[in-house]
Amino acid sequence: MSTDVKTRNQELIQEVLSAYPEKSAKKRAKHLNVYEEGKPDCGVKSNIKSLPGVMTVRGCAYAGSKGVVWGPIKDMVHISHGPVGCGQYSWASRRNYFIGVTGVNAFGTMQFTSDFQEKDIVFGGDKKLDKVMDEIEALFPLNNGISVQSECPIGLIGDDIEAVSKKKAKQIDKTIVPVRCEGFRGVSQSLGHHIANDAVRDFVLDKVDGKASEFVSTPYDVAIIGDYNIGGDAWSSRILLEEMGLRVIAQWSGDGTLKEMEATPKAKLNLIHCYRSMNYICRHMEEKFGIPWHEYNFFGPTKIAESLRAIAALFDDTIKEGAERVIARYQPLVDEVVAKFKPRLEGKTVMLYVGGLRPRHVVGAYEDLGMEIAGTGYEFGHGDDYQRTTHYVKDGTLIYDDVTEFELEKFVEAVKPDLVGSGIKEKYVFQKMGLPFRQMHSWDYSGPYHGYDGFAIFARDMDMAISSPVWGMTKAPWKK
Amino acid sequence: MSKLRQIAFYGKGGIGKSTTSQNTLAALADMDQKILIVGCDPKADSTRLILHAKAQDTVLSLAAEAGSVEDLEIEDVLKFGYKNIKCVESGGPEPGVGCAGRGVITSINFLEENGAYDDMDYVSYDVLGDVVCGGFAMPIRENKAQEIYIVMSGEMMAMYAANNISKGILKYANAGGVRLGGLICNERQTDKEYELADALAKRLGTSLIHFVPRDNVVQHAELRRMTVLEYAPDSKQADEYRQLASKIHANAGKGTIPTPITMDELEDLLLEFGIMQAVDESIVGKAAAAA
Repeated sequence: MSTDVKTRNQELIQEVLSAYPEKSAKKRAKHLNVYEEGKPDCGVKSNIKSLPGVMTVRGCAYAGSKGVVWGPIKDMVHISHGPVGCGQYSWASRRNYFIGVTGVNAFGTMQFTSDFQEKDIVFGGDKKLDKVMDEIEALFPLNNGISVQSECPIGLIGDDIEAVSKKKAKQIDKTIVPVRCEGFRGVSQSLGHHIANDAVRDFVLDKVDGKASEFVSTPYDVAIIGDYNIGGDAWSSRILLEEMGLRVIAQWSGDGTLKEMEATPKAKLNLIHCYRSMNYICRHMEEKFGIPWHEYNFFGPTKIAESLRAIAALFDDTIKEGAERVIARYQPLVDEVVAKFKPRLEGKTVMLYVGGLRPRHVVGAYEDLGMEIAGTGYEFGHGDDYQRTTHYVKDGTLIYDDVTEFELEKFVEAVKPDLVGSGIKEKYVFQKMGLPFRQMHSWDYSGPYHGYDGFAIFARDMDMAISSPVWGMTKAPWKK
Repeated sequence: MSKLRQIAFYGKGGIGKSTTSQNTLAALADMDQKILIVGCDPKADSTRLILHAKAQDTVLSLAAEAGSVEDLEIEDVLKFGYKNIKCVESGGPEPGVGCAGRGVITSINFLEENGAYDDMDYVSYDVLGDVVCGGFAMPIRENKAQEIYIVMSGEMMAMYAANNISKGILKYANAGGVRLGGLICNERQTDKEYELADALAKRLGTSLIHFVPRDNVVQHAELRRMTVLEYAPDSKQADEYRQLASKIHANAGKGTIPTPITMDELEDLLLEFGIMQAVDESIVGKAAAAA
């Protein structure tokens, strides 16, 4: 990017900060920066408590555990333990596609709650939790296990969910996982991911140790970790791995099962897509079972090919040949998509603000369509995310961590990108500003965007947003 | 009808809050005052001497049975004892589970909403040991107890607790109308107990409203689940409680905003009265064998 843009971005940050009281400005200044080529990170602080009074779009630890990590495990029943609201308002809010019959052997789109009343707070909810588990067992006998997702009051009144879980697990002879993901813990949903990962470690992986298993290994066994199958993402990823000759023995947690989680320590390699939410369990499996892990990126043909080759390099020649075969097979599709959409999207700019991995991972897909990233940032990223981001962004890119709605609005106003990619809370703000927008958490109810098939849909969707004739029809009332 | 007076008894656990309050309230009932006692302790033993029975059905246990507190009627929880004193126990969970503090909040709201305070001269809250959380501070919040009486003795920890409770009162005094009514010293026969209690009261910006001497008749009455006023109305001890009751009755509107002191100041006070030796810093934290 030109020096002009860099200076403009630096000035823009100062201008935005000037609206804050001195103390707030000082704190927010550490989260905003312009990327300098060659630096080891983006030069922003992260994973710090949001300022009181600003509008942040962050979630809580419960959201990180129930909503992200555990919720998609389809054959388990996940109890939102506490008052009804947390479960009710987060009900089915991520489109984690799955195969199964809801209410029979799949429960992902159902809402289970212990529905705390005043008396449960005063007298404790242990007995009720016990009863809820009995009811789940009676009504949904094909469930393979239960997780207890703690809402805030559980931590406040000190309910012993571990003791109840232990007792019931023995009684009904199934896996029961207590998760201490009370919403007040930590600064964002990020701690919820970590807590959920630890619960997988303590109550799933540790318990399989020594259990008899009929599992027959092959040298090509891999697990997909950190793909939540939004709109079918994991499926369009999995076929690529299978087509190159690998065997996917587990998928976490989109369209995932408890059995798959239990089988994961048998993998030869863990393939991790969302590093932020699942690196903890990969590190654990590396330490305990000696399973190496590899981060991959299946957004856009350039990164897909790069990732397939990097994965193949960890296996023998048959897999290496398989990777080349897969890349070659999809090349005509890629060429067709690029030929159709690149001329319409070439040179268009995008500003992103998303969660776990997308602020960096989708950059390549946009670039494959000739588009440029003008700014990006993470809701709940950590330092290692911003280090990884340097491999994706160019000199002068605007970087914003835990951006406030005010800052993002001002940035977009000044940078004037051709497209904004963020979440539902931002969507209407920017569309009303007359800007094309795509939701990059839910794929705007489209998808999948992963893999070659996903790229075709991604390209179509971005074009649909940017090239829609509707933007030419809007006219500000003050413009005669 | 005179204006409703809402008072509360606080103090260190085991200091004799419930005994002192029930005896005093019995004396107030003898003065034809209409009284409601609200027990705010999960043990539900704040009205035992008035009712001659322990643990009546508590608000929270009945609410748990009925499903929710909204399903309760005020008649279910009100009991009548000595001289028609109305008694209600908040109750709460067994030790180690749930949230007793929330229980106190639930019960008090229920009583207020259902008119338990109508036509009363006095509402008295008996709260457990320490103001450990927001729930147990409920009675001293706005529109609840206006006068707090702290039961204490000449023992260091009782004085420490009295000072702590004063801090709690101070916090709410600025926001609402709660005031410290005074200290009640329940004699433990420690050295210079009266002087010390009086000095502490002055430091806290209040007065030692009464010094209740130790008398075994209290114990005898308690064994019969009675107040001294009822068991031995002619005893000297019954007179002490009558005096305390008259002083409280005359104390309306005379409460003060407390001026709690620091731990160091409290220790200085004990030094001043020769209760405590000046601390030799070299011996702090050393076991007997090591010294």
